[in-house]
Amino acid sequence: MPLFNQLNTYLYLALVLFVIGLYGVLARRNLIAVLISVELMLNAASINFMAFNRFLAPEPAVGQVITLFIMAVAAAEAAIALSIIIAVYRRLKSVNVEQATELRG
Amino acid sequence: MNFLSSLLSPQTMASAAFFLVLAVTLLGALIAVAARNIFHNVLGLAMSLMGVAGVFLYLNSPFVALMEILIYVGAICIAICFAIMLSEPLHLPRPPRSFAKVLGALAGAGAVFVFFLVLLKKTTWTPAAERSTDWSIITLGHYLLTKYVLIFELVSLLLLVAMLGAIVNARGGRGSS
Repeated sequence: MPLFNQLNTYLYLALVLFVIGLYGVLARRNLIAVLISVELMLNAASINFMAFNRFLAPEPAVGQVITLFIMAVAAAEAAIALSIIIAVYRRLKSVNVEQATELRG
Repeated sequence: MNFLSSLLSPQTMASAAFFLVLAVTLLGALIAVAARNIFHNVLGLAMSLMGVAGVFLYLNSPFVALMEILIYVGAICIAICFAIMLSEPLHLPRPPRSFAKVLGALAGAGAVFVFFLVLLKKTTWTPAAERSTDWSIITLGHYLLTKYVLIFELVSLLLLVAMLGAIVNARGGRGSS
């Protein structure tokens, strides 16, 4: 059976993508880079949905609908996050996470 | 001759194209996370998302692949580019990466990786007993406007609120006029 016709290939791909995104969220200090990593993690989740939809689900249209919803929510999340980043930059003159420490006691 | 024809069979070519898609996805993700220039990060993200769209094609869903390119590459990446241009200038010196933080992030991500790897190895998936073969966009549209119409409308409301919130957030500090 070819590789692209097996469920596990897609699950491993989604896992690697998710872990790369998680590493980015933990290691990067630029707020925009953190947002980019979060987008990667969301895409890994979408791949999982689509893979289960392709190989296991009883109705193959449902997974596609869910993936479309994920995309819409990701678009809303990106718009809000970017506007917050711009507001933070105006206030602190920096987009570095480690310098946004005004609430530290 | 036999070897050549087997090399050019649709099966082999589909496998080769699949490996290309995988490589584009993973290489783009690595660029998106590892490159130091934030602009290279966005380009890596766009590359990775194009790869994910290719994966969706292999998963039998051309419509979702098209939407992936339209929404993610066409809208979100461009919005991130705007945010980069509106925030920190790129020529400023950046503080060096702290080794401890990279190491900690690697350890955390590695732990999650091992956990899910073990989980994947141990699980056997069973497909649904009765699987419909209806993949068409028409069914997708029917679902969006019948069974999932409430979520559909809520998502449009969410997008409206997000749009207004983004405007209010981003124009703060500019005076009231």
